[in-house]
Amino acid sequence: MLARIVFALMAAFCPLVIHAQEKLPAAEIVDRAQAAFYSAGADMKARVVMDLINADGKKRTRVLSMLRKNLPGGREQRYFLYFHEPGDVRRTAFLVWKYPEKDDDRWIFIPAVNMTRRIAARDSRSSFVGSDFSYEDISGRDLAADSHTVLREEKLGASACYVVQSTPKAAADFSRKLSWIDKTSWLPLKEEYYDAQNQLARVFTADKIEAISAGGKTYPTAVKRTMKNVQSGHRTEVVFESVSYDVGIPPEIFTERSLQQAPEKWIR
Amino acid sequence: MRLASALTVLAILWPGNLGAEEKNRLPVTIHGFLMGNASVRMTGKRPLMGEGGAFVLGEERLRLDASGATKSGNGFLLIKGDIFHDAVANRVDGDLREAYAGFRGSRFDLRLGRQIVTWGVGDLFFINDVFPKDWESFFSGRPMEYLKRGVDAVRLQYSSDALNVDVVATPFFTADALPSPKRFFLYNPFAAVAEQRQHTPPVRAENTEVALRLYRRIAGLDVSLYGHHGFWRMPGANMDSDNGTPRISRFYPRLVTWGASAQRNLLDGIVSFEGGRYNSLDDRGGAAPGVPNSQWRVLAAYQRQLARELTATFQGYVEAMESYNSYRNSLPAGFRAEDRVRGVFSVRLTQFLSYQNWRLSAFIACSPTDSDCFAQPEVSHRLSDKSQIRFLSTWALSARRPAARSAARTRERAPLAAIASPTVTVEHVYPPSGPSPGTAA
Repeated sequence: MLARIVFALMAAFCPLVIHAQEKLPAAEIVDRAQAAFYSAGADMKARVVMDLINADGKKRTRVLSMLRKNLPGGREQRYFLYFHEPGDVRRTAFLVWKYPEKDDDRWIFIPAVNMTRRIAARDSRSSFVGSDFSYEDISGRDLAADSHTVLREEKLGASACYVVQSTPKAAADFSRKLSWIDKTSWLPLKEEYYDAQNQLARVFTADKIEAISAGGKTYPTAVKRTMKNVQSGHRTEVVFESVSYDVGIPPEIFTERSLQQAPEKWIR
Repeated sequence: MRLASALTVLAILWPGNLGAEEKNRLPVTIHGFLMGNASVRMTGKRPLMGEGGAFVLGEERLRLDASGATKSGNGFLLIKGDIFHDAVANRVDGDLREAYAGFRGSRFDLRLGRQIVTWGVGDLFFINDVFPKDWESFFSGRPMEYLKRGVDAVRLQYSSDALNVDVVATPFFTADALPSPKRFFLYNPFAAVAEQRQHTPPVRAENTEVALRLYRRIAGLDVSLYGHHGFWRMPGANMDSDNGTPRISRFYPRLVTWGASAQRNLLDGIVSFEGGRYNSLDDRGGAAPGVPNSQWRVLAAYQRQLARELTATFQGYVEAMESYNSYRNSLPAGFRAEDRVRGVFSVRLTQFLSYQNWRLSAFIACSPTDSDCFAQPEVSHRLSDKSQIRFLSTWALSARRPAARSAARTRERAPLAAIASPTVTVEHVYPPSGPSPGTAA
């Protein structure tokens, strides 16, 4: 869900790939999009700046370090998030152990009292730190939670895209979602969420895509992305700064120890 | 004494003692906030000889927080303290919240100095969190962080997949800060005794408190085992006479605790259990009236999200006294006996609104055995990234009339009967936005 962007460079680099991918099943397309958007590389490190902007233009800012590691073999992931700003949440940290088919394990560290707590993860639609992104938007939605259909193929800007409709199988906070998935990078460049009345509720856009190299591989990355609530006018603009992949984050970083004492080396 | 010891430790550990290469790269960042707190009595009643009139709390605080780490991140320090003006007592003072230096090794973490330690899974029910609390802060309505007091300690942590170990050794005893009779209604059965003495455990090797936590994950379960050798943090009392003049000596009885907790995702939420035994070494038989008896404490909790941005936590807590018959038989005439078993249920609801700019929360605890309830509804609003305002109200309702109880107990509970006070906190955070030197790449 996190992903969506405009990806022009990659198309120029490997135009041949596009023709090899015809008539893919919709679920396969969404699966690849999720892999490109949420799971690129063996691990990832970034500094994330989130601007929460209301309809009047009033802005609030959250700055955090994000570390992510994919576990070998499966789709399990570990996240470590450490807040630098604003001041009243400084040093607050989240640890998430994400599983594909059951509730995540989530812990929060509250620095004022040096306390580590498990937090309920049932409703992954809850807002992530007051932004327009939900927890699910940050770490991905189960592929099997929705039925996926390819509606059409069309260009979004300069990028050839699949337009996929995803309909939740169980009650969700959207009735359907349209995703423009770039045929080259597999990143979602745009997503539209419709509410129960089938009115457009939220729009995601990948505003800037960069090809980030690591160890001979290149990972197209949406380094600027926006989620806008078109009904309230509130939007959240996210910039991923200094993104790096395959940096060898040790597994023990994703434990309670890091909550208690943040691993300086990895969050600077 | 506590301040001096913390500063001494810091001086020894100041990163000047680190290698020259690292010393040159020690970025120190300074943050802080300004906060005003005011609590007003709503009952119209005021304690006799009390201070502050209608105010339980009226203060302005300046928080300064300096932290730094070496280039490698392996050496670090943090100093966090408040300078405050207490308008009720009309004084200016300081409160060193934390001041420690630390070292992070491959598997070991070491911290020396004043630090806040929080263990256990309870929300305001403490079983294996044997570290000192500031109950006056809590009941007078300061933000929750002030409930915890730092300990001047050495803390060593070992981390591995097989087992994590956390040891806190505290040579300098810190008691709970209890509500003051100048601001709260307290029942003191010894009020008429002119000579009252207070003894805190002197700094000696055998008085060093040691707390241990072993923990790991087992099949999706966060499991912890705890042990603690130290003292009760609320004083007991002995009454004797000095040539016929009655005299009260308050002291902190010795205490050994051990216990366990477990927590995991279950039933679409989080299920937690915690239990512990309090072994009151100075009253093994339960016959010393001024020393708490040994106890068992058990807690079960369930947290789940009821709706988007709405979370509920339900807790049930039971405390059972050992050697109850001895306790009853040794209770002085005129004191009403505690129940053998105390039970408390609590609910906390937290709702975020409007992109989490508004937070509504309520904590309600009721005890069927004590026939009383305690409630703290709270509304906080974030005006900007730098400013927020918080309104909290503290309520205590009791179906029982205050009556004589054992000294230690009375102090623990009496404030509940007296408070109904809204607190307004206004907070402004520094410094300005932008990467700080310590966090810049």
